[in-house]
Amino acid sequence: MSANPQLNANGELQHLLSIEGLPPEILSQILDTAESFAGVTEREVKKVPLLRGKSVFNLFFEASTRTRTTFEIAAKRLSADVINLNVAVSSQSKGESLLDTVANLSAMQADVFVVRHGSSGAPYLIARHVKAHEHVVNAGDGRHAHPTQGLLDLYTIRYYKKDFTQLTVAIVGDVLHSRVARSLIHGLTTLGVPAVRVIGPQTLLPAGVESLGVRVFHDMRAGLKDCDVVVMLRLQNERMNGTLLPSAQEFFKHYGLTADKLALARPDAIVMHPGPMNRGVEIDSSVADGPHSVILPQVTFGIAVRMAVMSIVAGN
Amino acid sequence: MAKLPEAESLLPKLAAELKARITPATAMIGLHTGGAWVAERLHAVLGLKDPLGLMDIAFYRDDYAKEGLKHDPKRTRIPFEVEGKDLLLVDDVLYTGRTVRAAMNELFDYGRPSSIALVVLADRGGRQLPIAAQYCGAQVDVPEGMRLRLKRAADGKLALELERVG
Amino acid sequence: MKLLVKGGRIVDPASGRDEVGDVFVAEGKISDKKEKADQTIDAKGLVVAPGLIDLAARLREPGYEYKATLESEMDAAVAGGVTSLACPPDTDPPLDEPGLVDMLRRRAKALARARVYPVGALTVKLAGERLTEMAELAEAGCVAFSQANAPLAGTNILWRAMQYAATFGFPVWLRAEDRWLAEGGVAHDGDVATRLGLPGIPAFAETIALGSLLQLVRATGSRVHVCRLSSAIAVDMIRAAKKDGLPVSCDVAIHHVHMSEMDLGYYDAHCRLEPPLRAQRDRAALAAGLADGTIDCAVSDHTPVDEDQKQMPFAEAEPGATGLELLLPLALKWGAQAKLPLTKALARVTSDPARILGVQSGRIAPGAPADLVLFDADELWRIVPAALKSQGKNTPFLGYELAGRVRATIVAGKVVYERQ
Repeated sequence: MSANPQLNANGELQHLLSIEGLPPEILSQILDTAESFAGVTEREVKKVPLLRGKSVFNLFFEASTRTRTTFEIAAKRLSADVINLNVAVSSQSKGESLLDTVANLSAMQADVFVVRHGSSGAPYLIARHVKAHEHVVNAGDGRHAHPTQGLLDLYTIRYYKKDFTQLTVAIVGDVLHSRVARSLIHGLTTLGVPAVRVIGPQTLLPAGVESLGVRVFHDMRAGLKDCDVVVMLRLQNERMNGTLLPSAQEFFKHYGLTADKLALARPDAIVMHPGPMNRGVEIDSSVADGPHSVILPQVTFGIAVRMAVMSIVAGN
Repeated sequence: MAKLPEAESLLPKLAAELKARITPATAMIGLHTGGAWVAERLHAVLGLKDPLGLMDIAFYRDDYAKEGLKHDPKRTRIPFEVEGKDLLLVDDVLYTGRTVRAAMNELFDYGRPSSIALVVLADRGGRQLPIAAQYCGAQVDVPEGMRLRLKRAADGKLALELERVG
Repeated sequence: MKLLVKGGRIVDPASGRDEVGDVFVAEGKISDKKEKADQTIDAKGLVVAPGLIDLAARLREPGYEYKATLESEMDAAVAGGVTSLACPPDTDPPLDEPGLVDMLRRRAKALARARVYPVGALTVKLAGERLTEMAELAEAGCVAFSQANAPLAGTNILWRAMQYAATFGFPVWLRAEDRWLAEGGVAHDGDVATRLGLPGIPAFAETIALGSLLQLVRATGSRVHVCRLSSAIAVDMIRAAKKDGLPVSCDVAIHHVHMSEMDLGYYDAHCRLEPPLRAQRDRAALAAGLADGTIDCAVSDHTPVDEDQKQMPFAEAEPGATGLELLLPLALKWGAQAKLPLTKALARVTSDPARILGVQSGRIAPGAPADLVLFDADELWRIVPAALKSQGKNTPFLGYELAGRVRATIVAGKVVYERQ
């Protein structure tokens, strides 16, 4: 079809829509830049003037306080002006199409659109229609991608484990509905992680998931053996209504991360979770708060990663 | 064309000049990448109280709109309180002055120093901003179409080199 | 009115005839008498074939006039060389009342372009629960009964509807899809949908429904035409059913013979179709099935959708593609790829659909209706909105260059379209 919609004619990142399709050099560039930003958050003046005068529009068609807040903090630390638009689904049903909404905002001199939408592919549609100087950052589209989450997960793994090419990484839970999982899988395979595993019941794994480059385990104990990184996915309440899973209890028994299951992984394994956690459903409190957990650092890294993404795209 | 000065000879000259003005409040910050190399060498012989600070000015440059975020920014690490210090800002080549302007802006986001003195290995003239070096290793004429760069060899030896622009 | 179509390459799939010659038309029928003509059309360098017969083309009237009108779509039909078309019952209101069918036929007849054969709704309002008055609808002109893309309430209704239709010998045209297995899906449940994060419709949603349908054909003796096959296994099932002597026929939308899930690219909503574009091996099986006759014919499944409804995230976009003007070039492209002679390739859009519809058109023989298409088989044209007469510009082939352009279309002996 067409050329990679994320890269400009010089092969530079102009939109961040998905980790899939990005060469490893660009992923590394983002991670390295994020590392530089990590220092900014530790000093007195937590700002750099890089995006001064630029406007970042948070266009959230799906409600989310956490992600929106981290993007807002990141943009402000770059000295950008931030405008939050929580476009509730109902205003869409009043007749204004997605593209009309974007066109109206375009007229208000936006530089970066951070978009979260319930339909997979929505950011691609937006990116096809924005002006040359406008940039789209995907904050999550349907079940397709959440690239900044994938990047901060990669950053976290790199921070604690250094070398991607020696790792065994397990992703546990509802992969079927998870954009976080898809983004992370693409990132891990692109950066050369030799063993990526997905662990879950068959009802929560998408068709042909092996084609993404992963090995499927239905038995969590077998899947966790000798893992360096364990990523727990959030199980949404809607999934526990009986057609995909019978109950949270049964899920926790077989797929919840407890200390004894974690003991099967490497002794220095790290435990990650994109948040927010359902304690007692996918993860036991003792593990979430335990020495292997890097869940809180993930959040901090998330700000630096988003600063890196916005400053790279906005300059191209 | 005049021969380029030897970087290795300029270092002891600068170190001697600086040693004369060190106070308990003196601290040093080197600018990535060449300035950091020079600062590492100077800091090693000056016996300063605070460890060396290293700074990358990538996020304070004035050419972001035109050039975007270039290359991999290194991490700025300043392992001391900037407040009230007599700072020695160290760079390899002083040219337009824009790098130093960006460095000072960034420094002030860390705190308010008592004073800042600029230390450069080579000054090639061509200032576009009112910036001057208080300590300078040598003045160097750079022919049209060339760039003055500091290189570091595998054994750590520093050398000034000319290379073609573009 | 006597018409002479002179010197064209006459391709008549029904007889296997493929030779340069003249076609004589008198009183709206093909004639074997070489009489003096009132009008002569020079067909040198052109193929003269029976007009195309398209078993599925939505005209959007009544009810969807903002998407397209009878006039614009009939213009599109004859510009595409389609001289007869069957339109599905999913209009608004659906074709479940004799009055609506009657009105549609009158309107179409008055426009005097292609022949329109309405397909009546199998259930009231297409809601899938209550049978329609099929005998009344047949009297008003319906040639068959269908649910279009609407599901039936259950297999019990399917059974009863087929029994009732069989009572009168009415054909039932149905797309095989299990509504629960397909629920919420917008793309083929496979590698591409997994990567793109799109809810999927597994191939077995079609094959499981097809299995039930074929068993019911066996039980009721109802004549069923299975619409829009999409999977390789479905082709195999039809092949086996035909071998067993079951009275089934089937069609495929011409798009599915050329495209697969790979063509979705970066969420191209022009590829949002019902049924979805499936995997490469399904596409290959459909193309092969059409070639060996397991699949009786190709249709356009013409569905004009305005561009606003396509410029949406994939799952929210309205499904369907415009196709009346692309049926000929796409059929030719398929025929060339399958290495079939023109007589065989064109059979799937002329004599074979004629057989299913039970009409005399679709062949060039004395006494047959003079429905003809004259086209340049080698002329390339680019598929751009300006080149299409249909109000729907929604085709996955936008930007493609295809060979096969209609020069003139004749219905009942009258020239209804001529390209300038």
